[in-house]
Amino acid sequence: MSAIQRFRPDDSAAGTSSGPARTPPTSPQMAFRVAILGGVAAVMFGVIFFRLWYLQVLSGEQYVQQANANRVRDLPVAAPRGEIFDSEGKAIAASRVTNAVQVVPSALPPKGARRGALYRRLGALLGMSARHIDALVEKGRTALPYAPVTIKTDAGPVVLTVLGERQNEYPGVIQQPVSIRAYRYGVMAAQVLGNVGQVSKPELKLRAFQGVKQGTVVGQEGLEYYYDRYLRGEDGVQRVEVNSEGYPEPSTLKATPPKAGYSLRVTLNLGLQREAEKALLEGIERARAGGKPAVAGAFTALDPRNGQVLAMGSYPWFDPNKFAKPLTKSEYEALEGKAGGGEEEPARLTDRAVNGTYPTGSTFKPITAMGALESGVLDPNAALGAGQCIHVSTERFCNAGKAEYGALDLVNALRVSSDTYFFEVGELANSHGSVIQEMAHKLGVGEQTGIDLPSEITGVVPDRRWRAKVAAQELACERRRRVSSCGISDGRQWSVGDNMHLAVGQGDLITSPLQMAVAYSTLANAYMHQGYGTVVRPHLGLEIDEADGGLVQDLSFPPAGHVRLNYADLSLVMEGIHDAASQPGGTSFDVWSGWNQSQHPVYGKTGTAERPPKEDQSWYMCYVADPKRPIVIAVTVEQGGFGAETAAPIARLMASKWFGKPEQFVAGTSKTF
Amino acid sequence: MNPPVRTTPIGPPVVQAPQRAEEAGARTSPRLPLDPLLTLAVLGLAIASVVTLGAATHNLIPGDPGYYVDRQVLYLVLGGLSMLVLARVDYARLRPLKNAIYGLLIGSILAVLAVGHSAKGATRAISLPLLSFQASELGKVLLILALSAFVVDRARRLRERDTTARVMLAALVPAMFVIAQPDLGSGMVYMVIAFVLLLVAGTSSRQLCALLALVALSLTFVLVAAPAAGVHVLKAYETERLTAFLHPSTDPRKKRSYQQEEAKIAIGSGQKTGRGGGATQVPLGYVPESHTDFVFAAVGEQYGFVGAGLVLCLYALLIWRTLRILTMAKDLFGALVAAGVAAMLMFQVFVNVGMTIGIMPITGVTLPLMSYGGSSVITTLLAVGLLQSIYVRSRASAALKGRVGLY
Repeated sequence: MSAIQRFRPDDSAAGTSSGPARTPPTSPQMAFRVAILGGVAAVMFGVIFFRLWYLQVLSGEQYVQQANANRVRDLPVAAPRGEIFDSEGKAIAASRVTNAVQVVPSALPPKGARRGALYRRLGALLGMSARHIDALVEKGRTALPYAPVTIKTDAGPVVLTVLGERQNEYPGVIQQPVSIRAYRYGVMAAQVLGNVGQVSKPELKLRAFQGVKQGTVVGQEGLEYYYDRYLRGEDGVQRVEVNSEGYPEPSTLKATPPKAGYSLRVTLNLGLQREAEKALLEGIERARAGGKPAVAGAFTALDPRNGQVLAMGSYPWFDPNKFAKPLTKSEYEALEGKAGGGEEEPARLTDRAVNGTYPTGSTFKPITAMGALESGVLDPNAALGAGQCIHVSTERFCNAGKAEYGALDLVNALRVSSDTYFFEVGELANSHGSVIQEMAHKLGVGEQTGIDLPSEITGVVPDRRWRAKVAAQELACERRRRVSSCGISDGRQWSVGDNMHLAVGQGDLITSPLQMAVAYSTLANAYMHQGYGTVVRPHLGLEIDEADGGLVQDLSFPPAGHVRLNYADLSLVMEGIHDAASQPGGTSFDVWSGWNQSQHPVYGKTGTAERPPKEDQSWYMCYVADPKRPIVIAVTVEQGGFGAETAAPIARLMASKWFGKPEQFVAGTSKTF
Repeated sequence: MNPPVRTTPIGPPVVQAPQRAEEAGARTSPRLPLDPLLTLAVLGLAIASVVTLGAATHNLIPGDPGYYVDRQVLYLVLGGLSMLVLARVDYARLRPLKNAIYGLLIGSILAVLAVGHSAKGATRAISLPLLSFQASELGKVLLILALSAFVVDRARRLRERDTTARVMLAALVPAMFVIAQPDLGSGMVYMVIAFVLLLVAGTSSRQLCALLALVALSLTFVLVAAPAAGVHVLKAYETERLTAFLHPSTDPRKKRSYQQEEAKIAIGSGQKTGRGGGATQVPLGYVPESHTDFVFAAVGEQYGFVGAGLVLCLYALLIWRTLRILTMAKDLFGALVAAGVAAMLMFQVFVNVGMTIGIMPITGVTLPLMSYGGSSVITTLLAVGLLQSIYVRSRASAALKGRVGLY
C-alpha cells in the first residue's frame, strides 16, 4: 500500500484546470476508501457465489424439473377412428390421413396491420379470404384456447413447400399430418351416420364423453355419436419439445402410439340405401314437376323379423365430409339449413325418419281396424260408411274429393281407403274408451322405438287423458305468462270428433316413419306367426370388430315387447291392405302393376295427411312378404301430394331393388287420403 | 599523510542513477505495454462471451446461426484495437479537454433523443452501419473522464459542499436525459460513478452520508409518494419490476417477474457442470434477451456452477486489477479515472448478475464484455484502455523513481 502515500501535499498544482497533471494530496483516507470499495466488491462476490451455490447445487434438481415442464408438451396423437361397414362389409366411413395447415394463435403477430397482412398472404396462398381465416382462428381459439387451429386440410404440395421453405414469412403457421373422417359416398345416409367434430366444452361434461381430452375429434350425431366410444379409439401421446413461442422443435422424446378405434358393422344395405335415396329424389323431383313443393322426405326399410334397419334416409341431406374440415360459424349454420334467408328452409341435419313429427293419414287405418276388431267394437262384415260424408252433431266428416264408395265391409274399406267407413269406426270406438290408442301403443306408435341413434321422438297418440293434460298445461302457461293463449291447446275437452280424426290418422296424431315401420313390422311379424308377434326393436348396429377384423362384440337388441293378436282379425286386415296393393280399385293397385304378387305379396297402404295450409303429405307403408328376406318399407314426402302419386312409387322402387326386379317409377292415380 | 594514490568517490557514482533509470525504463515500458493480468481477464471474458453467445444465439435468427457471434467478434476486435491505441496515449492529455468531453457527452445523448430509432419502446440508439450507437454507453467513459478532470481541478476544495453539489449535478444532467430515453440502468451507472469519484477523491464522510440519505429519500419519493400523488416519474414497467422484486407475494402468478423467473430456472437447471447440448431454457427462447441483459443466465445453464464461477472469477480479477491500478496511478487524475471505471464495472456486474439470479430488480444494465452489443463492448474496452494507459504511465514513473514491482 506504500504506493498510495506517493501523493504528497507538495506534489499538487492545485486549482488550475490548465496546470500540469501533478496531483493534489492524497492520504491514508484514500487508501481506506479504496479498501471500502474493495470490501464492497468482496462482499458482493461472496453473496453472488452463495446464491449461485444455492440455485445451482442445492436447488438444481427442482429447476431442472421446472425447465423440463417448460419445454415438454404432451400433444395428443389422434387415434385413427374406426371404420363403418355396411351389412355386406363395404366401407361407408373411413379415416384418411392428410396434411393440415394450422395456426398457433399464441405465435401470431399482434392484432392489427401485421396480422392482417399475414392473413392476406396466407389467404392468397390457400385460396381463402383473410376474413375467413380470421373467423376460423377466432372460433378455434374460443373453443380451445391453446390448441393449434386447423385452417385448411388437403392443401396441395405447392402450399406445403412454400410454407416449409418460407417459415419466416408465415409466423405462427404450421403444417401437420391429421387424420380426418372420409365418407366415401358423400351424402349417402348422412343423418344416420352423423358426423364428427372436435369435442366442445359442454360436451366434455357429458357422460358419453367421459375421459375424452380437449381437442379430441368425436362423433357429434347419428351412429358416429351413438357408437363413439367404440369408434373413437385411444389417442396416443407425442412428447415434443417446444420453444417459448409454442413451436415444436426436433427432439427424440418417446411417444405412446395411438390405439385405433374399433370398426362398426351396420345393418344398412348399401345397394338398397343408394337406390332408396335415388328413388326418394326422383319422387320429390316428379312431385315438384307436378306443382307440389315436396320440400322434404324420409324413408325407412326394416326387416320385420328382427328390426334390422336395411335403409334409412332423410331429405334434404348434407355431405358429412364438410364437417371433417374447418368450418366457420356461418358455414355451419348454412349446413344446418338455418341461414335460408326469407324462405323457410327445412333443416338438413334432422333425420326425419326418426325425428320427423307427422300425422300419418290413412296408413294408420290398419291400426284402427286392429284396435276395433280386437276389442269387439267392430264386426268385420258390417257394411259401414255409406255416403260422401258422416255427420256428427254439427261437424261433417267427408271422403277425399267427396267420393262415394257406398257401404263396405272392412276388407273393401281398406282396399279403397274409405274415410267414411273409418270415421264410423272411430265414432263407434269412442264409446268403448281408447281401444284404437291402446292398439297403437301396443304396436309401437307413440312409443320410443329404442333405436341405436342419439335421438328420436316419442310422438303422441291423442286420447282423453292427453287432451286434459295439454289443456291443463295451456292454462298453467297462460297464468304464468299472463297471455291469452300459449298455443299449446285450445283448451277443449276430448270429443268423439277427435277419435274419428285419429281413426284415419289425422287430428293430433304425431308419429315418425320409423314408428310406423315398427307398427307394420309388428303386424307382419304376428301375421307370420299366427298372431304371436314381437314388437321389434329397430337397430343399425350389427357388430363391433377390431381394426384388423377380429370380432369384439355382437350387438344384440332384444325385442321391445310381444303382442298376441287374433289371427282371424289380423288376416282380414292384412287381406284388406294386400287387396289395396293388388286388386283393382285398391289405392296402390296401379303402382304395383306388373309386380309378381304371388311370389312377393305386397301388403301396402297409402296415406295422405292433410296439413293445412300446406300441401298434403304423401305416405306409403308396405310389407312385402318373402320367406328369406321380408321387408317393411315406410316412405313419406312432406307436401308431396297424394300417397299413391309420390310415396308409393318410391316404395316400389325400393322393393324392386331389394328383390332384384326391374326398377321403374309408376305413379299411382288414387286420390284418397 | 601522503595524498592518496587514487581518488575513489565515496558516494555512489553519479552516473549510476541515470543508468538505472534508463535500464528500468528500457525494461518496463517497451516490454510491458499492458497490464498482463488485466489483459488476461479481458481476454478470458471475451472468449467466454463468444463461446456463450455461440450456444445461446444459435437458433435466434433462423437460417443465420452465426449472426450474433460474428458481430460480437467484430466488436471485440474493434474494441480491442481501440484499447491498444488508448493504452499508448497519455491519459493526462485528456484532462484539459474536459469541457469538450462533457459537451460531447451531452450532445450525443441529446442527438439520440432527437434522431435515434426506437426499439422495444425505447429510443436509445442511432443506427449506424453494423452498429446501433448507444450514446448512453459511450457516455459512461466520457463522464468518468470529465468528472475526474473536474474533481482534480477542485482538489483543494473537495471538502466544500459546493464541490460535491457540482459534481453530482454534472452527473445528474446526463443521467436525467438518459433516464428519459428511457434507460434507467445507464442513468444509475452515471450517479454511481459520480458518487464513487467523490468517495475516492476524499469528500467528507458527512457529505457522502447526506448523499446516501438523499438517494433513499428520492427513491421513496419516486416509488411511493409521487405515484400516490398521481405523478409517474418512472415508466409503469420500471416501477412494476422494482415492486415485483421487492414484494414477490404481490405477483403470485409471476406475470411481472416472468423474465426473472425464467432466468432463475435457467441458472438453477445448470446445476454443477451445466446442461451443455441439453440446455433448453436459453436455446428455446424461454429466457428473454439471453444474448444481452440475461447472458449470465445462458452461462449458468450451459456451463453450470463451474462456468458461472469461472466467469465471476474473471470479473473478480478485472475488478481487483482496476482497484490495484487505482492505487498505482501516478497522479490523482489517473486514480480517479480508475475509480470511475471500477465503479462502472462493479455496479454493472453486480446489478446484472444479481438480476439474473433474483437478488436485484431488473434494471436493464449490460454485463460488461459478456453481453452482446457493440456500444457496450467497445465502451468497456475503451475504459480498459484507459486503465492500461494509467498502468503504463505509473510503471514508467515508478521506474524513474527506482521502484519497480511487477504487480
